[in-house]
Amino acid sequence: MAERTRSLIHLPQGLLKGQPFEVRVTLGHPMENGLRPDGFGNVVPRSLVTHFECKLDEQKVCAVELYPAIAANPYLSFWVRADAPGMLVFEWLGDRGFVHRETRAIAPA
Amino acid sequence: MSAKTCCAALLLAAALVPALAASRTDAADLRRSGLDFMTPALQALQRDDRLNPAMLWVQDGAALWRTPAGTAATSCADCHGEARQSMAGVAAHYPAWDAISGQPINLAGRIQRCRQRHQQASTWPNEHADLLALDAYVAMQSRGLPLAPPDDARLAPLRAQGQALWQQRLGQLNLACQHCHDQRAGQRLGGAAIPQGHATGYPAYRLEWQGLGSLQRRLRGCLVGVRAQPFTSDAPEWLALEAYLALRAKGMAVETPAVRP
Repeated sequence: MAERTRSLIHLPQGLLKGQPFEVRVTLGHPMENGLRPDGFGNVVPRSLVTHFECKLDEQKVCAVELYPAIAANPYLSFWVRADAPGMLVFEWLGDRGFVHRETRAIAPA
Repeated sequence: MSAKTCCAALLLAAALVPALAASRTDAADLRRSGLDFMTPALQALQRDDRLNPAMLWVQDGAALWRTPAGTAATSCADCHGEARQSMAGVAAHYPAWDAISGQPINLAGRIQRCRQRHQQASTWPNEHADLLALDAYVAMQSRGLPLAPPDDARLAPLRAQGQALWQQRLGQLNLACQHCHDQRAGQRLGGAAIPQGHATGYPAYRLEWQGLGSLQRRLRGCLVGVRAQPFTSDAPEWLALEAYLALRAKGMAVETPAVRP
């Protein structure tokens, strides 16, 4: 269970058409910068999330570049406006082929 | 009123005022959670569940609660039902006495025993992510409730041992817990505020760890800080300190999962 990548995605209740809403996402990730030694003095290999993207029905609504100075478990928040029901796709990309995808259906009234 | 009696009345009042003030401060609760010593930004991180990174573990704990484990293939939910109801207030009563083993036990220990006895599963090692997740999930059901250490005479020797450890000088720096957390709380150690050391929010997410950790891990950090050799991971001293700290923080609100710097 500990090895599985985890994420938290928070969307507000009661979305309204054309009304912007805040999306808050947290990814469980160590964000190792490749410079730290572990308890035995060996350097921990670099493992960073480098890119985040959120799409609403294939339309990009948010894209973020992440860098080594960002702490573990990166948290992001951004605003989205939807005029019709759709699917939000969240995608994190990182070192050594790291990919984490989540989807959330939204249906603004 | 003559000048003499007036003077006497004033003297009497002057004598009474400090006595009254002293009794008032005794009655007022001067205990403050570690939360009060943090920056507003960090407090917001703890208070808002949508920001709190410890919720990653709590989410895991909620999943583990419903996942069958061990040769008995039972889940926590099979016996205990909804944690929201069955576990409300439970964490506030630990460490407690375990009648079956005849030993004191903390919440993580109770989860481990439950795994052995009822799920017939192997226990997790200390600080295992799954153990922390389940511990945090169960403890969170008591959030906001006052810590209520059990009124159990069998725990008295453990608490006494914990109090003795709290007051005992340790390590090359020759400091006891009380020297920082009772006598110098609110002052600063380097750039960091010294809190009063009330363990109300464990397992807690520490920015220094960039993850969730137990009270034992936090105490170990303090022991290393005073250049003492930490107790072994299964030493009874950890539980003794935990039992004393629970008594010391009696009545304070449970904050699990807390965020600390």
